[in-house]
Amino acid sequence: MSASDTASGAPSGAAAAGRGLDQISPEGAAGVRFRGVTKAFGANVVLRDLDLDVAPAERVVVIGPSGSGKTTILRTTMTLERPDSGTIEIGGRHLYHEESDGRLRPAREKHIREVRSDVGMVFQHFNLFPHLTALENVMLAPMKVHGKSREEARDRGMYLLDTVGLAHAANQTPGQLSGGQKQRVAIARSCACEPKVMLFDEVTSALDPELVGEVLSVLRDIAALGTTTMLLVTHEMGFASEIADRVLMFDDGQVIEQGPPDQVLGDPRHERTKAFLGAVRSH
Amino acid sequence: MGATRTRQAPEAPDPAAVFRPHRRWYRRPGVVVPVALVVIGYALLAGAVQEPGSYAPEVYPDGDLRFDWNFFVYLVPMMLTGLLVTAKATLWGFAAALVLGFLLALGRRSRRAWVRWPVTAGIEFVRSTPLLVQLFFWQASVRAVDWIALQPLEILTLGLGIHYATYCSEAYRAGINSVPAGQWEAATSLSLGPVTTWTRVIIPQAVPNVLPALGNYLVAAFKDAPMGFIVNVHGLLFFANSIRDTAFRPVEPYLLAGLGFLLVSIPAAWAVRLLEKRISYERI
Repeated sequence: MSASDTASGAPSGAAAAGRGLDQISPEGAAGVRFRGVTKAFGANVVLRDLDLDVAPAERVVVIGPSGSGKTTILRTTMTLERPDSGTIEIGGRHLYHEESDGRLRPAREKHIREVRSDVGMVFQHFNLFPHLTALENVMLAPMKVHGKSREEARDRGMYLLDTVGLAHAANQTPGQLSGGQKQRVAIARSCACEPKVMLFDEVTSALDPELVGEVLSVLRDIAALGTTTMLLVTHEMGFASEIADRVLMFDDGQVIEQGPPDQVLGDPRHERTKAFLGAVRSH
Repeated sequence: MGATRTRQAPEAPDPAAVFRPHRRWYRRPGVVVPVALVVIGYALLAGAVQEPGSYAPEVYPDGDLRFDWNFFVYLVPMMLTGLLVTAKATLWGFAAALVLGFLLALGRRSRRAWVRWPVTAGIEFVRSTPLLVQLFFWQASVRAVDWIALQPLEILTLGLGIHYATYCSEAYRAGINSVPAGQWEAATSLSLGPVTTWTRVIIPQAVPNVLPALGNYLVAAFKDAPMGFIVNVHGLLFFANSIRDTAFRPVEPYLLAGLGFLLVSIPAAWAVRLLEKRISYERI
C-alpha cells in the first residue's frame, strides 16, 4: 500500500493531533539498546548476537522476510520471550539484569516488571480483553497498575478513545467492533500506560485492506508527536518510508542493512534487501 | 481477514513447556520416578500379603417384597432428613473442592518444579483411586490421630472435598489453558501484576468455559455422597439400609432413596444444561 492510499479513509488524522495527542506521553521517550542478544527456538536461531541502538523518540521500522526474527526483537523487548544471552537496556536501565558490585546478575521478577512498565506493545491480533468494553480495556491498566481513580481513568480513557475516533464505541465489547476499530482501541489501551517505548508488531497485517488506513492514520499521529520511541515491524513500505527515521532490513537473525528509509527502501545495497523489496512490491 | 503469517515463536508461553533435548527413557525423571514408585508399591504389597483371609457375607432375610403405600408415606420425613444430610455433605465438600481445586490448578502450573511435581503426583494419585477407598483411609487416619476428632459427616465432607478438588483442578486447568496466549501477552504488555492478570483477565474468561464441567462434577459428587454410609454418615443410603434391616421391608426405602436422588439430580442436570446454553450464547 502506498502513502497516498493510506492517507484516505482516516477518521482521526490531523484533527486528532489538533485535539492534543501530545498528552499521551508526557514523560518523554526512552532509548533501547541491544547488546549481543541471541535467541533460539530449539535449533532455529532467530536472533544472532544482535547489537541494536534506538535513540529516544526515534522511529525505527523493521522489515524483513517472514521468520527472520524481526518480531522476536519486539517480543524480547516486551519480555514475552527471554533472550538466551546478551543484554537489553530500556532508557539506560538493564531489562533482564541487575547491577551489583559492578557485575551484571540476572534480574529478579520485580526488577523486570518495573523496567518493562516503560514499554508498551500493540499486537497483530489486537489481543483486546473480550469480556470488557472498549473503555474498560483502556481503563484497566491505569487503574490497576498506575493507581488512578476510576473517574480519572474514565476521563482519560474517553479522551484516548476520542483521539482514535472511537468515543462512540466506548461501551461496546471487542466482539462488536471491526478489526480496524479493535486495533485502534488496542493502541489507545497501550497509550493509556504512557509508555516511553512503543512496539508495534505487524499491527495492520490481520486487517482487511480497507481498514488499514484508519489504523495507520492513528500511528501517524503518534509518530508526529515524537514523544515516544517507536519500534515497528510492518509490511506497509509506503507507510514505513513516510514515518521512519531509520529502516532496518532484518534477515536470518541479523540486521543486514540499515539507514534512512529513502536509502534502504529506495536504493538498497544488499542483495537480499533488493530481493525482499522486489518480492513485496511485485505482489 | 488478511493473510495470517506464521511466526516462529511458540504460541503458548507455558512455563512448564520448556524446551528439553531428547533423552533416553531411563534418564527422564518423568518416566523413571513413576515407574519406580509403581514397582516399589507392588513390592510393598507383595511383602505385606500374608494369607488371603476368609470372608463370609452375612445373609439377610428376603423380607416382604410387596409395596405398602402407607409405609412409603410414613418413611418420607426420614428420607428427607437423610437427603438433607447427603446434600449438606455434598455442598460443603464441593465448596471446599472449588477452592482447593483452584489452588491445585495453580500449583500444577507453578514455575517451580518442587511445587509442580508433588501437586501433579497428588492430583493423579487421588484421581486414580476410588472415593470409597479414600473415605476408609480418612476415617482410619482421623482415628489414628488423637487430637483430631471428626464427626462422620465431616469425614465425608473432607473425602468428597479432596476427591473432587482434583477433578475441579483439572477442569480449571483446561479452562485456564483455553484462554489464548495473546491474553497473557496483552496483560504483560500493559504491565498488569499477577493478581490483576488473574482476577481481571484470566479467570473471567476461564470460568465460563469451566462452569459446565464444574456443574457436572457437582451432580457426580452428589451421587457419590451416599458412600458416606460406610463411614456412618446418616444420609440417604444409611436411611434405606437401616429401614431394610429393622423393618425387613426393602422396597419402600430404596424406592424413596432413589426418588430422593432424582429430586436433586434432575433439576441440577437441567440447571447445568441451561447454564451451558446461556454461556454459549454470551460468548460470541
